[in-house]
Amino acid sequence: MMDESGDDRRVARREFLRSSMRGACAFGLGGAVGVLAMRSRPDELVWQLDPDTCIQCGQCATECVLMPSAVKCVHAFAMCGYCELCTGYFEPEPNALNTGAENQLCPVGAIQRSFVEDPYFEYTIDEALCVGCGKCVKGCRAFGNGSLFLQVRHDLCLNCNECSIAAACPSQAFRRVPAAQPYLYPEGYPLEPRRDRETS
Amino acid sequence: MKLPASILVALAVLVGSAGTALAIERFPPPDFESGHKLPTTQYPAPHAVAWEYVDVAALAVALALASALALRVRSRRALFVLMLASLAYFGFWRKGCVCPIGAIQNVTLALADPGYRVPLVVVAFFALPLGFTLVFGRSFCAAVCPLGALQDAVLVRPVRVPAWLEQGLRVLPYVYLGAAVLFAATGSAFVICQYDPFVAIFRLSGSLGMVLLGAAFLLVGLVVGRPYCRFLCPYGVLLGWLSRVSKWRVTITPAECVHCRLCEDACPFGAIQTPTEAPTTDERAEGRRRVGRLLVLLPVLVAVGGVVGWWLGPPMSRMHATVRLAERVWLEEEGKVEGDTDESQAFRRTGRPSEELYAKALGLRGRFAVGGAALGAWVGLVVGVKLLALSIRRTRADYEADRSTCLACGRCFAYCPVERDRLKKRATHG
Repeated sequence: MMDESGDDRRVARREFLRSSMRGACAFGLGGAVGVLAMRSRPDELVWQLDPDTCIQCGQCATECVLMPSAVKCVHAFAMCGYCELCTGYFEPEPNALNTGAENQLCPVGAIQRSFVEDPYFEYTIDEALCVGCGKCVKGCRAFGNGSLFLQVRHDLCLNCNECSIAAACPSQAFRRVPAAQPYLYPEGYPLEPRRDRETS
Repeated sequence: MKLPASILVALAVLVGSAGTALAIERFPPPDFESGHKLPTTQYPAPHAVAWEYVDVAALAVALALASALALRVRSRRALFVLMLASLAYFGFWRKGCVCPIGAIQNVTLALADPGYRVPLVVVAFFALPLGFTLVFGRSFCAAVCPLGALQDAVLVRPVRVPAWLEQGLRVLPYVYLGAAVLFAATGSAFVICQYDPFVAIFRLSGSLGMVLLGAAFLLVGLVVGRPYCRFLCPYGVLLGWLSRVSKWRVTITPAECVHCRLCEDACPFGAIQTPTEAPTTDERAEGRRRVGRLLVLLPVLVAVGGVVGWWLGPPMSRMHATVRLAERVWLEEEGKVEGDTDESQAFRRTGRPSEELYAKALGLRGRFAVGGAALGAWVGLVVGVKLLALSIRRTRADYEADRSTCLACGRCFAYCPVERDRLKKRATHG
């Protein structure tokens, strides 16, 4: 009898300890959630790269968990000079200014070149082909207007908690941005569409 | 010494100004005579935030369901079906991000860095399973976590891990948690995500290293029950703590244990504790002496760990990109290495002085020395407490599911004759 009541007491003591610990844990968890809620934001964050920090090292093409990468070349047509000799499209010393594969800078032929009017040509990116290597961006920024730039495309991006490209990016151009403004534009990008040009 | 540095700064400024010159339109955009209209560039939006909240709701529903199935319905089969559904939804459909395991790092970063505001959805993913565990035990592990589900699904022939190995390996999650917190708090890297073994499988795409790591875990998982959950998962540490004091918990038998020993080998995760006999007076005295010795050893372990961690701080600080960059730039400026890298080139292009970079890196290194010491002390503490826990004998009369390591998978239910009796009675009554 004595033993049993001793056991009972031990069980009761253990249960008391446990429930007080539980209370403490609940309090701690609640407090942590409270603090975190104060430091939180209601919207999501997504990954994006700053085109002006980007050095076109080519790792966007190789480091993304997707194959091909979720980073694509984007063309700001309003910034483009529509050059006949486009340094984003052509190899440094092309044989001829035509669409021959040997003249193109793009390793996958993702840029389409079409004649508009003399002497202007339009360059469009076929994103299904683009691998995000940034070769054209480098060419365009070196000698042209810099109308080509790399961006994470959010219809493709899986929004990994830690972006593998961001972890590898040598210029630390990647950062988390609010999902409501998920794109970062290069300097000189006309955020307001230039109506005079679009309607003319 | 001073001249080359100033030349470099001048060079950097030059390169920097070349960078800003980009904004100039070298070729003015044409005015087309043919009336050609400029195509508009498409900017696809990320998927709506509302979907993230749907995921939180799905998580809450799955947790509630798993708790009910493990504690009330007591059905392994139903738990298994829910587990597969979670694997499909949280794993293959949502591609495994963000998960509560990885959310540890976002939460740590939010607490350490005032500049980072953590999305509310991530807080919910972190806190919901913890809250449920405090009340119902680890039902999250049983049927909600996609990483656990994948390993559980491939477990075909479980072998018993020897006790010494099991207890030794169980220290790893604590070390991993400590390291993950250190690297997240310093803003260096999210290591849990970088070494997530199964995310490449959920996405059906990923680097070779990731795929191989996942394959290795699944291969081991054929015979060792849930190797990642038991011997690595850092979130499991938190869940284990909370489930130790949970309000309700999974029991092997629905009523009184009859000591038939049938469930002894039922658990592939080594979470069933067998009854122990009351120690003799001699054993008790020996046990007391051992605990006394370990209590003396504990502060020594913590101190040694702290010193080793402090000493490892600087090498660990290379996990931070800024420290790596500063070291490289310093080597280049001192002429200790030839040429430059993408990183140092990109840094020079920004035109920022290298002194600023060095100061930043030194600050980070200091934080790593303190953080490394804390991590080392933590590891010492964990090892010491583990030894203590192994030395304290609890008298147990029945077969019980271990409060902290039981994953609530429900495999043991069917082994219990009392449970079978209950099911039979229910079948005849219903």
